[in-house]
Amino acid sequence: MNQVSFERVDNDILLIRFAGRWQLSGGLAFSRAAEREMEALPSVARVAFDARDLSAWDSSILTFLTQVSVLSRQRQVPLDRNGLPAGIRRLLDLAEAVPERAGARKAVSKVSVLERLGTAAIRVAGSTAEMLAFLGDMTVTFVRLFAMKARYRASDLFLLIQQCGAQALPIVTLISFLVGAILAFVGAVQLRQFGAQLYVANLVGIAMTREMGAMMTAILMAGRTGAAFAAQLGTMKVTQEIDAFVTAGFSPLEFLVLPRVVALVLMMPLLCLYADFVGIAGGAAVGVGMLDLSWTTYFQQTASAVSLTDTAGGVFKSSVYGVLIALAGCMRGLQSGTSSAAVGDAATSAVVTGIVAIIVACGIFAVVFYVLRI
Amino acid sequence: MTELVAAGNGGKPDITVRDLTMAYGSFVLMHDMNLTINHGDVFIIMGGSGSGKSTLLRHPIGLNQPARGDILYGEQNFTQADPSHRRQLLRRIGVLFQSGALWGPLTLAENVGLLLEEYTDLTPAEIGEVAALKLALVGLKGFEDYYPSQISGGMQKRAGLARAMALDPAILFFDEPSSGLDPISARLLDELILDLRDSLGSTIVVVTHDLASIFTIGNNSIFLDGDRKIISAAGPPKELLAHTQDPALRSFLTRGGTEHS
Repeated sequence: MNQVSFERVDNDILLIRFAGRWQLSGGLAFSRAAEREMEALPSVARVAFDARDLSAWDSSILTFLTQVSVLSRQRQVPLDRNGLPAGIRRLLDLAEAVPERAGARKAVSKVSVLERLGTAAIRVAGSTAEMLAFLGDMTVTFVRLFAMKARYRASDLFLLIQQCGAQALPIVTLISFLVGAILAFVGAVQLRQFGAQLYVANLVGIAMTREMGAMMTAILMAGRTGAAFAAQLGTMKVTQEIDAFVTAGFSPLEFLVLPRVVALVLMMPLLCLYADFVGIAGGAAVGVGMLDLSWTTYFQQTASAVSLTDTAGGVFKSSVYGVLIALAGCMRGLQSGTSSAAVGDAATSAVVTGIVAIIVACGIFAVVFYVLRI
Repeated sequence: MTELVAAGNGGKPDITVRDLTMAYGSFVLMHDMNLTINHGDVFIIMGGSGSGKSTLLRHPIGLNQPARGDILYGEQNFTQADPSHRRQLLRRIGVLFQSGALWGPLTLAENVGLLLEEYTDLTPAEIGEVAALKLALVGLKGFEDYYPSQISGGMQKRAGLARAMALDPAILFFDEPSSGLDPISARLLDELILDLRDSLGSTIVVVTHDLASIFTIGNNSIFLDGDRKIISAAGPPKELLAHTQDPALRSFLTRGGTEHS
């Protein structure tokens, strides 16, 4: 165990004696004692060491000695290191070889609430400006796309279509089936009180086609594909691949962002339509299993309740959500810093931005559809 | 301040940097830099870690915008150029990034071929042949269909060099070419750089702190002093070593006084 004792020799030397095995696991509680000893002996002219009984040592003794050395410098007491093993002396010299650089230590200052509020406001203004700049650049890029001047690789586009289309089907199936079934279940409990079980079909059909199909698909894709876009582009930033595009004269927006947006805009309506059907099937499973309706009745009731306008409205909304998800993912990816943590932050922030944008757009659609009486 | 323009090999200037100040936001990294890189030079940008040498390299390749000052290619001002003119000037340069920066989803041949696809009228078969030639030049014959993640770090660097040479650029920029390479690969890369200069007549700009490379390949150089935030010396590395009085540069060129002195 770490053993140390303090002893005064000839009245003006403080002899610090080490013994036993010094290990970090033994704790570092002795520096207080050293401080007390040195304070108690203001007349001390010199500090010396005796390490003859020291059998083993590690960083614990170095930390202790560094503290003693700081204390002795503060009190202008000379330190005689001759009693220490050579290894310890060398390491202490190494630790003190480079003097502390003036101003390198980070100032710990208390930031007032007002200052924090101000900094946050400036940051919001900055990120809003960045977002607007990105949207402006993307608008120009889309104009170039429609003018057939945008350059991107068609093979990239098809790969992306596969990734955010067909490969998303399993999770979309699972979630929409469950959402349809849950809607039917909740509706059934209420509607059965009036003997109006049949209207479960209306409830599920209208809810899925108007809102839930598009919304659930969008939130799924924000978590699945939006995050993937941000992580891909963020990593490309870390590996300087984006820089390589810029110096090669390629626009990263055309080469990387455009195919992602196009792929998602093309696939979202299809996924949404698919989610609508699976959701209705989920509702039907509950209707048939729990409410003793026949398949035929359920589907006839659904067909009479759901209009083409409802379905088309939902599908249209889903393609807008697709634009928002892809733009949020790509923007956060391109804004990513160049560390592994920054790529993680970019993916997180892509999902958050994507979902916020979806919910805001959903609210706007609700108002607009109400005003237009769709 | 005195203008530090190194006397090169007498060629005409390929790159001129005029009163360049580099900054991140309000933090000034280097100020009032002036330098000329002549045609056919192997020009070394030296400096300790964090002195701003990689940032300096990012300016002429269009990744950073100067806080003040201009960069000229020949007589043409790159900093003030409009986007299409910039693109045209960028086509004359090639860059080997520190990490290679090969495009991950593309094979090596596609990495080299993408630039040819964009800037030439070659058919896909011809592009494949040119790409294979460029890869063969850097010793990667037969690796055309490999993806960057399937080859070693040193091979990625060489493939990055093949991509940088795709359009036979007049000027090649290298960011820390020997970092992450074993000594033998680093020396082979140095030889390759000299070969390229001699056979293609390219101008070569290298950011490095590898002393062996500096003295082997560099025929002109500048030293960035990170503390004083200026170019503190300019000239051929060997002459700098022989004549400099600047303790920071002397210590850099002699590894803190342990070599060459």
